[in-house]
Amino acid sequence: MRPVYMVSGGISKFAKARPDKTFQALCMEAYSYAIHDLGLEVGKFNELADGCVISYFSDHFARQLMAGIMAQDYLGLCPKPGHRVEGGGATGGLCLQEAWKSIASGHMEICPAVGFETMSHVNTWKGNEFIAHASDVSFDYPVGGFYSGYYAMMVVRHMMEYGTTAEQMAHVSVKNHMNAFYNPYAQKRQKLTVKEVREAPMVAWPLTRLDICVMSDGAAAAILASEEGVKEIEKASGKRVKKVKVTGIGRGTDAMRMADRPHRKVPLLPNEKAGDYVGKKWHGGRLEYPGIHSFRAGRMASVQAYEMAGITDPLAEIDFVELHDAYTSSEIQTYEDMGLCRYGEGGKFAASGKPFLPNITYGLPAVDKDPQKGTCPVNPSGGLIACGHPVGATGLMQAVFACWQLQKTIRKHLKKPDIQVKDAKRGAIHSHAGTGTYVTVSILEAEGGR
Amino acid sequence: MADKKGIPMRLPETETATEVYSLPFPELPKDLGALKGMKPIVVKQPYHIDYIHSYGQDSPWIAGLSNGTILGSRCKRCRNTYPQPRGHCMDCGDETEWVVLPNKAKVHTFTVCHFGSQEFLPECPFVLCLIEFKGCETLLLSRLMGVDPLKPSLKWVGMEVEAKFRRLSKTKPTDVYFVPVGS
Repeated sequence: MRPVYMVSGGISKFAKARPDKTFQALCMEAYSYAIHDLGLEVGKFNELADGCVISYFSDHFARQLMAGIMAQDYLGLCPKPGHRVEGGGATGGLCLQEAWKSIASGHMEICPAVGFETMSHVNTWKGNEFIAHASDVSFDYPVGGFYSGYYAMMVVRHMMEYGTTAEQMAHVSVKNHMNAFYNPYAQKRQKLTVKEVREAPMVAWPLTRLDICVMSDGAAAAILASEEGVKEIEKASGKRVKKVKVTGIGRGTDAMRMADRPHRKVPLLPNEKAGDYVGKKWHGGRLEYPGIHSFRAGRMASVQAYEMAGITDPLAEIDFVELHDAYTSSEIQTYEDMGLCRYGEGGKFAASGKPFLPNITYGLPAVDKDPQKGTCPVNPSGGLIACGHPVGATGLMQAVFACWQLQKTIRKHLKKPDIQVKDAKRGAIHSHAGTGTYVTVSILEAEGGR
Repeated sequence: MADKKGIPMRLPETETATEVYSLPFPELPKDLGALKGMKPIVVKQPYHIDYIHSYGQDSPWIAGLSNGTILGSRCKRCRNTYPQPRGHCMDCGDETEWVVLPNKAKVHTFTVCHFGSQEFLPECPFVLCLIEFKGCETLLLSRLMGVDPLKPSLKWVGMEVEAKFRRLSKTKPTDVYFVPVGS
């Protein structure tokens, strides 16, 4: 496989509704931004591109089959190769990896990955119903299909197994909303307290409205290229490209029906031992995994991506993470799946300084005073909870923020420097579907490596 | 919608609209540039489908519920038992056989849904739960009745529950639901 680079990215304005543009024009908003950032016009770049990958999650929300080709056509990339990628909430992460494959395999030199979702075309309740159709329509949906309910059941078990608290979950909400305060791309830029999160209207006990991301309209684009592709872009623009290397790719899966998660042994990350999950602390003397408190797909994706990138101690060797925080609870579960802490320690990790940005004051005394504050900032962008979750675009949005972090261009793109992770050399992005059905982890590194 | 004294402050928002027969438009050929600033036209497009849905090889499970029996799928080779039916084992791929599951079980986890999908809004708040059966590898998604949804407690986890069956079957998985034992 050949080295693959992300060379630029673009994000449309995310909002509850974008009736001002069709989905094609939303894609163009993100795509043209990414191309202009390379110092090129769309027409010139399209001459260089070898094809593209387009992602969107829901045919129900789009109410348009083959919307992928309509976006490709609008971007001016016909008759070049292309396909649509879909995999629930991980759609964007999968799209990035499909573009990576096209280049790594030698099939293409330059391949844009563009994703979108327009969720405002139905009301929130109908939207909940559409999303719940991403659970088994024979055995899950008819029981009372509601994704927030599914995740709430997971975290109730997490609380029982590990002693995780709703207040620890609220720390994630405070962090991500506060980070977003410094990110003009974000939809919800709020300074919150743990109390406000807990006192927000209850959606699915114990998750409140401020524990949950919102449906959005939006698009995002990531431009990927080979060594040769980078040279072509540089020749056309007369400018040097700030390359971000994709050094690790991982993907895992699990059963659609959450009730179908078996109870087995934990697959270990390089920094873990089998003994970590054996002993009195665990019911029956052994952690029953994945159960519904953990995501086997997320661990699988992490194991693969870390192995490829040569990561042996994720917390020490990754400078920041953009992960799929559709729920504050799933951010906590994902800390554990990605090995930022051990299983059972996610709640404590959330309420420690480690996943917070070192230079921002959060109004959380234990966090702000923690000497380990900023060890590995998680969701410096504000994540899904604050940026929004236009599903097909979300995983690509994470890639764009990670790319800007590693190019050290946060100030340029956000017009504010606050969420720039200082000396960021290696970032991980994590995209997640269903109740943990498809999960992707990709590792991105700045030029020069770590 | 209402202020603290219960007096309505706003007219309700609905998804009905007035039929429109003309739209404003500039004099031609002038002012075409101004169209770029035009607000979008947003219309309602109804969409309704009746699916002909088959439970396929899982049909006996649904038939079981309407006759007061919870079936499970069992793999002879792996000894896995699945309370949500699977025609083939998730480990070895062998075809499973039907077994009868007990009507008594435990709450593995739960939540109270205060909001939800449009179809279930009238039922809010309702309690979703995952049920664990002794000897089963996996769980069953169901509804928990007989508890106060406004007083949720982690103590509900591990609670002994028993199956209740709808007298009038809806041929849906909610033909069975659970209540605390002895209630």
